[in-house]
Amino acid sequence: MHLTAIHENCSGCRTCLLACSIVNFQETCPAKSVLRIQGLFPEPGVYRIQLCDQCGVCAEACPVEAISEVDGVYQVDQDLCIQCLECVEACPHGVMCTHPSLEIPFKCTQCGECAEACPRGAILLEN
Amino acid sequence: MFDGYAGHMLWVDLEGPTVEKRPLQEELVDKYIGGRGFVARLLFDHIPPGTDPYSRDNLVVVATGPLSGHYLPGSGKTHFGTKSPATGMYGDGNLGGHFGPALKYAGYDGLVLKGKASKPSYLLIEDQRVELCDASAYWGQGSITVEKAMKQDLGEDYEICTIGPAGENLSRFACISHDFGRQSGRTGIGTILGDKNIKAIAVKGTGSLSAYDLQGLYEAGKRAYQDIYAKPGFTGWQPEGTAGITNFINQVGAFPTRNFQSSFAEHYEQINGRQILEKIHVTDKGCFSCPIPCGKYSRAETKLGTVHVEGPEFETISLFGGNCVLKTIEEVAYANWVCDELGLDTISAGAVAGFALECFEKGLLGEADFGRKVAFGDLESLVHILELMAKRDKIGDVLADGVKLAARKIGQGSERFAMQVKGLEWTGYECRNAPGMMLAYMTADIGAHHNRAWVLGQDVTGTDADVHSLIQAGGSGEKLPKADCHGKAGAVIDSQHLRPAFDVLGTCRLQMMELGFEVEHYEELYALVTGRKKTWPEILEVSERIWNLTRAFSVREIKGFGRHMDYPPPRMYQDPIQSGPNQGHCMSEEEVNILLDEYYQARGWDENGIPTKETLERLGLADVAAGMD
Repeated sequence: MHLTAIHENCSGCRTCLLACSIVNFQETCPAKSVLRIQGLFPEPGVYRIQLCDQCGVCAEACPVEAISEVDGVYQVDQDLCIQCLECVEACPHGVMCTHPSLEIPFKCTQCGECAEACPRGAILLEN
Repeated sequence: MFDGYAGHMLWVDLEGPTVEKRPLQEELVDKYIGGRGFVARLLFDHIPPGTDPYSRDNLVVVATGPLSGHYLPGSGKTHFGTKSPATGMYGDGNLGGHFGPALKYAGYDGLVLKGKASKPSYLLIEDQRVELCDASAYWGQGSITVEKAMKQDLGEDYEICTIGPAGENLSRFACISHDFGRQSGRTGIGTILGDKNIKAIAVKGTGSLSAYDLQGLYEAGKRAYQDIYAKPGFTGWQPEGTAGITNFINQVGAFPTRNFQSSFAEHYEQINGRQILEKIHVTDKGCFSCPIPCGKYSRAETKLGTVHVEGPEFETISLFGGNCVLKTIEEVAYANWVCDELGLDTISAGAVAGFALECFEKGLLGEADFGRKVAFGDLESLVHILELMAKRDKIGDVLADGVKLAARKIGQGSERFAMQVKGLEWTGYECRNAPGMMLAYMTADIGAHHNRAWVLGQDVTGTDADVHSLIQAGGSGEKLPKADCHGKAGAVIDSQHLRPAFDVLGTCRLQMMELGFEVEHYEELYALVTGRKKTWPEILEVSERIWNLTRAFSVREIKGFGRHMDYPPPRMYQDPIQSGPNQGHCMSEEEVNILLDEYYQARGWDENGIPTKETLERLGLADVAAGMD
């Protein structure tokens, strides 16, 4: 399973961010969501959805092997993480995330709530 | 602690500057809910009677609602208000996009701005950090240009409201712009920001919102989205958005054309929603959490250049395509972009430009006034007039005051076709043969604005059908019989109470108005977000309270306020419509008075249109009643 973005379907409403933060943090807090909606305005006037495709670059960047893959999903081990933020720097999509209230970076769990929440089929959870 | 709310309003005196975070008060939350309710009550309480709109004592109030920023359809709406420079009365506007949710995540239900900054400034809000910053680098630039520049300077994750040159130059219909195409357009709130030397407000919020029952809200929110997906309008109305009504409005003869000389534009199929999709559409552009994005982002090529612009919405199509007779959707989009960059409300701008073009046509204004010849249907003429108004150059200095004041200066009978009520320009529906809608415009609390009540569908079909259903049924295009003006007050008052309900909650109304999404959803969502119980009729009672409060504000501020303020311009009851399905129809002055008599009686106002003491007391406004003695 993996998440796929259909950028041209996105209208920038960010309902996905709400669903993500509610399911993963039990909070209404888009700043804690693990995907990003980028609006390229005024030109060319399109949206880009930045989401985790479980590429593993974060795990390769981690100097203490705090990020590992379980069933195709990379996870951060909070006990091992030394908060060096190398993974945040390395993520090609900008979705290894940080938040002022959290010490440890966090990322997509591939729960699929963003895809379910999208009103326009712009995010798909596919085999 | 108020679940659902951020809990604090941010009060900023721009002259210190001083910043104060004031906790919400129970009475305000209970009696006014949020958004438009907060704006109306705070303006009434905190602007000293008789304050000049351009005085330091005038306020700009921004307020979200309890549902703003939460997981439910269309929770991205924010209300702005001020004592309007266009009308001298209560003025407000509603903004979509993402600004309000960001403000709540930063920890604030709203803002109150007082005083005047000593130099061009912008207000920066990043969670608990609130600063007044130097905006000299942005001053003089267009709204779109500045938003882009500020995002580059501050970060893409800031939500930004800006004004353009029109606001800086105190054109009385300057708007507030956000998200490259959303506006709080009406009543000149951008003008007052300009007067306060505020070029922009930039907000970044990283916090979370409490909800009384988050899991319950998540489940109810999901059901709400699913219910919207099941509405025929989800696939039927959404693609064209508000522009989709253009055909219907022409087929029923309600499309302002050539400064309201007619109510039918023969070229309407060249400027409708279909043309947007076929010729200029780039992407749909949604406000926060909206499943039915009405925003159409466009790229339009014209002889004057190529522009990227959000829109055009129906109102802009109506005022530029009909009222100023632009013949193609590309030209309408171009004029839309000019206004967005200059920071002009497209509605008032289109009404004022139409008025100016008719003045030229009739010889009341000449080439020397404009610096060139101008004509209906000519994009270059229109753009020239828009720029004059934004810069207060030549006749633009007169036109920038709006049609009411401009007609006073120009004289020569021009008041007859200065299309406004109470100083605010008429919007995109012609209604000489739609008496309910006429009454809605006449009695709208901010002046002639369709969003205070929309009963055109009632006038045409006699039912409360949602807009998608109206569009599907279409209009015949045939000659229509003269409409009866009796019995219109009830539907108008119902609509005047329905619409504020969404504005106080902090949600968009289009899910309900256009698609027929049921209002009962909001009772449940309000309870899950706030832990408070209000039935829909109780929410409508808040609307009625606000409606009477803003009327009382106008009575307090306008000497001699009364029935005469509710009259439409003479064209509406003296000049028959020149062409289209309603050709030859006109109201009479007697009919105008019948509309008002029935309306005042149904409202519990006296025959001069003043709320009675009993009515105000019934609505929990005894303090307001006492002040009117």
